[in-house]
Amino acid sequence: MNFMQNLTKGFFKENAVFVLLLGLCPTLAVTSSAVNGLGMGLATTFVLIMSNMAISLIKDLIPDKVRIPSFIVVIASFVTIVDLSMSAYLPDLHAALGIFIPLIVVNCIVLGRAEAYASKNNVFNSLIDGLSIGLGFAFALTLLGSIRELLGAGAIFGINIPIFPVDQSNAPITMLMFILAPGGFIVLGYLIALINKIRNV
Amino acid sequence: MAKKESTFPNMLITLLVITFASATSLGYVYELTKEPIAQAKLNKKIEAIKQVVPTFDNNPNDEMYEVAMDNGFILELYPAKMQDSLVGTAVKTFTKNGFSGEIWLMVGFTPDGSIIDVSVLEHKETPGLGTKMAEPTFKDQFKIKNPTSYKLSVKKDGGDVDAITAATISSRAFCDAVDRAHKALLKGDNQ
Repeated sequence: MNFMQNLTKGFFKENAVFVLLLGLCPTLAVTSSAVNGLGMGLATTFVLIMSNMAISLIKDLIPDKVRIPSFIVVIASFVTIVDLSMSAYLPDLHAALGIFIPLIVVNCIVLGRAEAYASKNNVFNSLIDGLSIGLGFAFALTLLGSIRELLGAGAIFGINIPIFPVDQSNAPITMLMFILAPGGFIVLGYLIALINKIRNV
Repeated sequence: MAKKESTFPNMLITLLVITFASATSLGYVYELTKEPIAQAKLNKKIEAIKQVVPTFDNNPNDEMYEVAMDNGFILELYPAKMQDSLVGTAVKTFTKNGFSGEIWLMVGFTPDGSIIDVSVLEHKETPGLGTKMAEPTFKDQFKIKNPTSYKLSVKKDGGDVDAITAATISSRAFCDAVDRAHKALLKGDNQ
């Protein structure tokens, strides 16, 4: 696999959400708006890059039988760093993402990349892998969040997009369901179908 | 370098070293972010107080006093003063009756007990439904109302408050929290 393939695989070929179907719990839960999706995606990207690099560095020092606990400790440390930094410098976003930041620890994408890629490749390739998969994840979350926010609240990133009729008080009449859980499943289902169609053409 | 054998001492040492390194770095980051986190929380609180009471020149956070409610809950009251005369009191209140989890509000009262404004500090209500309680259309109906004559419950329950469509539980909880704030204010005045 060459450099460009490694860099771009996370967006289409091996997109964590649309193709690998990993990490769907935070995907569905936080994407009620575009900015939440982007925030969660970038936080996960940071953890992925850092944990991939760290694990790739120490892979030869870890005996096989204790590799999973070692990976988890490394990942958990980076997640806690993200959690603390976010609540210090981005308190609003931190409040919006809530419990899902600590839960990046158990996101299967992060451990999956550590086990499947970083523990077998060098530091630079692992960095690119983390960047690619992470940004792909952020891309998927932002796309999902944008569509749900547009259909459910008539806005993207909080900017109103007047595609809906308005009621007496000038508030758009939107399809609230898309912000709630069922809307998440429906949008994700259609997006997966669409991406698979594009991939197969 | 060859891969390490999975012998007992090897595994033990590896895990010890990794956990030690991660604990050290976490301790360092914790120390580094402790101040900004406390500062961010304080800013948020002062910001909320400013929203619900008239302009003040004291530091309400330093003059904060606590009122214990009958059921063991303790509410924090922040007096806002202008040239040493009381212009309003911000009450940090909460309810456990929310649709999901607790709702925390900051309610501002004039010295005679009317509501000035309400600001939502923290909640986990359903996006698009319960979250509307933070919007002016709902919370502005509490403005300039005195809870002694204004019944703090939704119209469905015989009160004076217009509930949010499809979010009656959140509306009820909101009323409950404001009511608790008012009771704490009255209790604090009598002390």
